[in-house]
Amino acid sequence: MSVAFVIRFILIQNRAGKTRLAKWYMQFDDDEKQKLIEEVHAVVTVRDAKHTNFVEFRNFKIIYRRYAGLYFCICVDVTDNNLAYLEGIHNFVEVLNEYFHNVCELDLVFNFYKVYTVVDEMFLAGEIRETSQTKVLKQLLMLQSLE
Amino acid sequence: MPAPIRLRELIRTIRTARTQAEEREMIQKECAAIRSSFREEDNTYRCRNVAKLLYMHMLGYPAHFGQLECLKLIASQKFTDKRIGYLGAMLLLDERQDVHLLMTNCIKNDLNHSTQYVQGLALCTLGCMGSSEMCRDLAGEVEKLLKTSNSYLRKKAALCAVHVIRKVPELMEMFLPATKNLLSEKNHGVLHTSVVLLTEMCERSPDMLAHFRKLVPQLVRILKNLIMSGYSPEHDVSGISDPFLQVRILRLLRILGKGDDDSSEAMNDILAQVATNTETSKNVGNAILYETVLTIMDIKSESGLRVLAINILGRFLLNNDKNIRYVALTSLLKTVQTDHNAVQRHRSTIVDCLKDLDVSIKRRAMELSFALVNGNNIRGMMKELLYFLDSCDPEFKADCASGVFLAAEKYAPSKRWHIDTIMRVLTTAGSYVRDDSVPNLIQLITNSVEMHAYTVQRLYKALLDDISQQPLVQVASWCIGEYGDLLVSGQCEEEEPIQVTEDEVLDVLEGLLVSNLSTPVTRGYALTAIMKLSTRFTSVNRIKKVVSIYGSSIDVELQQRAVEYNALFKKYDHMRPALLERMPIMEKTASNGPTEIVQTNGEAEPSVVEAKHPPPVTQPTNQANDLLDLLGGNDVVPVIQTTVPTKPASAGGELLDLLGDLSLSGIPPMTAYNKNGLKIDFTFERANPNPNIAVITIHASNSTEADMTDFVFQAAVPKTFQLQLLSPSSNVVPTLNQGTVTQVIRVLNPQKQQLRMRIKLTYTHKGSAVQDLAEVNNFPPQSWQ
Repeated sequence: MSVAFVIRFILIQNRAGKTRLAKWYMQFDDDEKQKLIEEVHAVVTVRDAKHTNFVEFRNFKIIYRRYAGLYFCICVDVTDNNLAYLEGIHNFVEVLNEYFHNVCELDLVFNFYKVYTVVDEMFLAGEIRETSQTKVLKQLLMLQSLE
Repeated sequence: MPAPIRLRELIRTIRTARTQAEEREMIQKECAAIRSSFREEDNTYRCRNVAKLLYMHMLGYPAHFGQLECLKLIASQKFTDKRIGYLGAMLLLDERQDVHLLMTNCIKNDLNHSTQYVQGLALCTLGCMGSSEMCRDLAGEVEKLLKTSNSYLRKKAALCAVHVIRKVPELMEMFLPATKNLLSEKNHGVLHTSVVLLTEMCERSPDMLAHFRKLVPQLVRILKNLIMSGYSPEHDVSGISDPFLQVRILRLLRILGKGDDDSSEAMNDILAQVATNTETSKNVGNAILYETVLTIMDIKSESGLRVLAINILGRFLLNNDKNIRYVALTSLLKTVQTDHNAVQRHRSTIVDCLKDLDVSIKRRAMELSFALVNGNNIRGMMKELLYFLDSCDPEFKADCASGVFLAAEKYAPSKRWHIDTIMRVLTTAGSYVRDDSVPNLIQLITNSVEMHAYTVQRLYKALLDDISQQPLVQVASWCIGEYGDLLVSGQCEEEEPIQVTEDEVLDVLEGLLVSNLSTPVTRGYALTAIMKLSTRFTSVNRIKKVVSIYGSSIDVELQQRAVEYNALFKKYDHMRPALLERMPIMEKTASNGPTEIVQTNGEAEPSVVEAKHPPPVTQPTNQANDLLDLLGGNDVVPVIQTTVPTKPASAGGELLDLLGDLSLSGIPPMTAYNKNGLKIDFTFERANPNPNIAVITIHASNSTEADMTDFVFQAAVPKTFQLQLLSPSSNVVPTLNQGTVTQVIRVLNPQKQQLRMRIKLTYTHKGSAVQDLAEVNNFPPQSWQ
């Protein structure tokens, strides 16, 4: 049976194509990963406001949203609920915003390992794990205090 | 050795690099420093070094030498070390390195650690990149954590369990006892992940599915509480409490209710409640509604509920947000087969979507519009669709044109309307029309006897305007060849007849022969048309002259024709009138129309065009018979001969497949695959006398600018079916939709189960080999019922 309802990968890229975060939930070779990153960048940056936030990509679907100069992309199965994942992206961005106090791209660059922690608090094994922003922020602060 | 620089320093330094080369240099220098630091086995700075390494890895530079260091970090006691170590493991390691197995022991210890955060790290890593071996070893630990009272850990453990099940499905039973109490949790996070776990188990195993059906009432209750309980600040998104959980529960209900009457019955009320009570002003509400609609469509819901669902989709279509319109169109496309009437009500909205700016919305609106065309709305719909054809992008034109032809074929209210529609398509999108539509049209025109004069007049007028669109020119020249006498005698009833002399007609046809715009195929048509006019016109001398000129043409095809026609004038002049007679009405199935003596090229235009297709026509028949022997069944044998319209008889049949299939079975054709320029359509036919056999013909076409060679189509079906794949017409899919590769599939479906198919396509395109797998699930119900 097909493996449905799964996130394949999450990408944060800027307009120039630099990867700010790449979280893979499926096995890919390094060069495959590089190719995927380039393809996603090519597909997503040519779209503007009059396009929908969903793109068909190989056998999957990419749900993306642009925040300032960054593209947040989630790659899911074609049968998944687009609108729900769009909400998921927004939820994630709001947490980042709270955690870094008005987050900007540089925050993501200098604290990349912290961004991964945020991702891991909210997503796991290709699924959305925790959706309550308050809870996630509480956990993140606790983890930070351990440093 | 000085202390290695801090992470922040490194990042800042790298960002100051102005060129790629400068950056590379810095990175190499730093890597060298890190390498020597690793060699010194320095514990204090290992964490910092690995962090820097990870940053460089993110920029795209190789970092494999850090893998072992990550392991050392994981084994350390400090939390910060462990954290970077696990991150490094997730980024740098994967299943294929043997090194990752060394992590297993560390993870095992960490899963039993006293601090929940360490346990959390371990669960997270295992859940993201655990290999099957690791999962097997550690499944027991995960299961233990699933039962702990710490909700932070339970959430992670649940999703980790999902990953374990995905990797090693046999371990599913191990998690079964722990799932007993999952749904009685109050904690939303745990509830959410538990639902995910249950969903995964139900997806993978039908036994589990049956086992969990009894949870439906509980799920319904939870959903009800969510909607009613109002404000819960923690999980609230824009006023709706925990929409993510609602969506997941709806999805689980969908899986549980599918095909099961009792469960579906139990869900009906709550689905109706969600559908009517959810706020639609924000995307969140719409996300929930969308999931509800999908669920209603999939389970055995009562018809009132289904109509409600389709109305929701109809409302979506009016929404300003294009995302929502897109989503609605996609779902409507899926449901249009089963709930045709309900979708019809939204027809005008759908047609409006044809004018949307977004390409994917336009495409879906077009497909949906074609699906909604029926005898009642054909005139109105066709007007809209033709308008769309005029103004749409080239990538749509071919599909739209084919769709128009099909629809016109099925529902044309009158012959004249039909021919007008075809003319309109040919003149506006003539160059995008598929090759096989030319013979189809010719057959159509031949069969509408009373319209001959009208048709040829209109075609002639169109030719005068524009000779660049090849399909139009081909059809026109064929008609003029056949009905030129009607043209010249001015016999048209439908329209004001035009005054045309024989010389003018011959001028036009000769113009086609010399024009640069005409392809060799078109020239062939023109020459044959001129020849036919020799029995219909009086100025035979002029025709003789033209024909003899082309007897020395460089084009071999033209030359051959001209030489043979010349022979007709000289030695076989007594046969000429009989040979060039008017075409009889062609049968829609199999055996070819023309009854004249078969010359090398034949007079029948369909076979002329067929001659361009490389593989010989007789071969497939023999192979088909061989395969039949394998099948063995007696009642299958006669089937091949009579109803599969082509190989035995000849030429025209294969190209007339499109038409033939339609008239035989009334099962709508479908697009099975459409990606990267390769489009595969399935047309259906019921094989009489055995109704359990469905005969599917695939038509593969290629809209890119390079040929697809070595094209191989393979298909597999579930065990309850039997599949027989006959030989393809060719293994080259020519570029720019200039032709299609067809292949016949015969599916035996004795249990009348829903037809599904997995297809594999391999071809060479622009020098590189392409391979793709796809599932085909959207077979129309008539094809397997």
